Amino acid sequence: MSGLEVTTGWYLTLGAMLFLIGGTGLLVRRNPLIMLMCVELMLNGVNLSFIAFADRFGDVHGHTVVLFVLVVAAAEVVVGLGLVVAVLRASPRATADDLSALKG
Amino acid sequence: MGQVEIAFEAPAVDWWVLTPQIILVGAALGLLLVASLAPRALPDWVSTITSIATGAAAAIVAAVQWAAWDLAPRPTLNGAFVSDGFSLLLTVLVGAGVVMTALVAHSALDRYDMAPPEFAALLLASAAGAVVMAGANDLIVLFLGLESLSIALYVLIALAGRRASARESAMKYFVLGAFSSAFFLYGIALVYGSTGSTNLSGIGGFLFGSIRETDYLLLAGIALLLVGLGFKVAAVPFHFWAPDVYEGAPSPVTGYLASIAKAAGFAALARVLYVAVFEQSTAWTPILVALAFATLAVGAVMAICQNDVKRMLAYSSISHAGFVLVGLSAVPAASGVLQWAEEGGGDAVSSSVFYLITYSFMALGSFAVLSVVGAELRSPEADASAHALSRYGGLARRRPVLALAFTVLLLAQAGVPLTAGFVAKFEVIRAAIDASGYVLAAVAMITAVVSAFAYLRVVLAMYAPEGSADDDDSAPAARAGRPRWGGLPLTSVFAISLAVAVTVVVGVLPQTLLEWSRDAVLSIIL
Repeated sequence: MSGLEVTTGWYLTLGAMLFLIGGTGLLVRRNPLIMLMCVELMLNGVNLSFIAFADRFGDVHGHTVVLFVLVVAAAEVVVGLGLVVAVLRASPRATADDLSALKG
Repeated sequence: MGQVEIAFEAPAVDWWVLTPQIILVGAALGLLLVASLAPRALPDWVSTITSIATGAAAAIVAAVQWAAWDLAPRPTLNGAFVSDGFSLLLTVLVGAGVVMTALVAHSALDRYDMAPPEFAALLLASAAGAVVMAGANDLIVLFLGLESLSIALYVLIALAGRRASARESAMKYFVLGAFSSAFFLYGIALVYGSTGSTNLSGIGGFLFGSIRETDYLLLAGIALLLVGLGFKVAAVPFHFWAPDVYEGAPSPVTGYLASIAKAAGFAALARVLYVAVFEQSTAWTPILVALAFATLAVGAVMAICQNDVKRMLAYSSISHAGFVLVGLSAVPAASGVLQWAEEGGGDAVSSSVFYLITYSFMALGSFAVLSVVGAELRSPEADASAHALSRYGGLARRRPVLALAFTVLLLAQAGVPLTAGFVAKFEVIRAAIDASGYVLAAVAMITAVVSAFAYLRVVLAMYAPEGSADDDDSAPAARAGRPRWGGLPLTSVFAISLAVAVTVVVGVLPQTLLEWSRDAVLSIIL
């Protein structure tokens, strides 16, 4: 290969892209499950940024942060899936647009 | 920390500092354990008493620490958590919020089909998250506190999932909460990337006096932190979830959301802005001022458009967040933290803290009234129009004392003199004027008048001679075993009386609480 060096900046860009894709997906997609996956994508984009920064600084702290985020993300998914199941059981094939009884 | 250290040294733990959190988490886990091991369902009062005792214990421990310690910061866990006047004052507030929410919920749980032990455990877990947020001195600890608070609240709303409105409310809160958490977390990552630390004091120390060219990474990080916390405190334009979530959630939970969850969000905001990134205040003050403008205006204007009392209170709570932002954004131009504190900057932040505390009691009391009235109206499906303004017609005739209490709480929110709301608004606006924010102060006064109209509408409806009273004296489903007072659930009466008492007493004698707020704020700044 030619002198293509993968630097921290690449990882940060990838992290930012993952975050943006996740954020856009959350706003655009209407399926509750896919919205949940988009949140995960956003969090993983952040994780990648943390790792990249930690690597640049040679600092363990950024790596430990990722473990905390993983745990929180897992807890969020547990609750989120529970909610999605509750919504879908009440009305199968529901999308986010159907959740609009409350407005004004 | 250049080299990787092989030997692991556990950080010193100051257990006394962590006592309020340990009490809250321990009681939550203990109650869950007992409830799941018990051969048959626990009586309802066990859960209620547990929440009340635990909330009170946490508040009392914090109050004792406040009295016994000199309010100086006591960092522990390698500086990740700190106990100072600010965190202790908010811990007392959270404890009081738990007690009041548990009291109000006691008579409402079976109406919403919510299981008492789960409700109590989640309430205590979310309170623990709020307390952690108040004392977090590390962005990651702050994030963990925020998530403990939020995740417990998602489930707390979803517990009433038999109702479609509660399911919708929980789902919306979850999606937007997770969205905002991701923003907050990305903000942490960027601040970490810029400063090399997630410790608030560490970031503050790193930025202190360092003359650097504009650091876009740091500014982007601060902006993302503001977006994340802006969602949590429902500042415009990040408020879209709030009215729907507040309306769909069970009223006791709504009161908790509008007061304690909001107070914790603001506590985190104050600590991040004033401890970590104060050196960048020229960058974030304009953003905060813009948020305050938008929040005040949208909250007040939307509040007067509502025909549903619960939704009106949701928008009014947005407008109140605007007032708190006014105090937080009133940063006098100063060259450093010390000069800023000397020039009365502490007073601006303490006016926000004072506003938060008094507003929390008003919100808890108001939604407690809604909970009681909602039980009386007993609409069959409890759907969107459950709290329509027309149904409050003639409330003063049916329930004179309740209507009077609600009137006091509404007038306090409107900022009528001799109530805590007046002092709070006065202090915040004075802080804005001291910081030469005349336009902001004027807008705050105008919106106070505009939103007063929304509150007066409810008061007028309650005291209107006629009412669409569908003869409510026909025994509003008096449940066996629940002590009642004048036909009202006794526990809710306690909670409402407490809220009214705090509102009136602080309104007449505000000096003590003002001093406490000032001591609390000075303890984080100096």
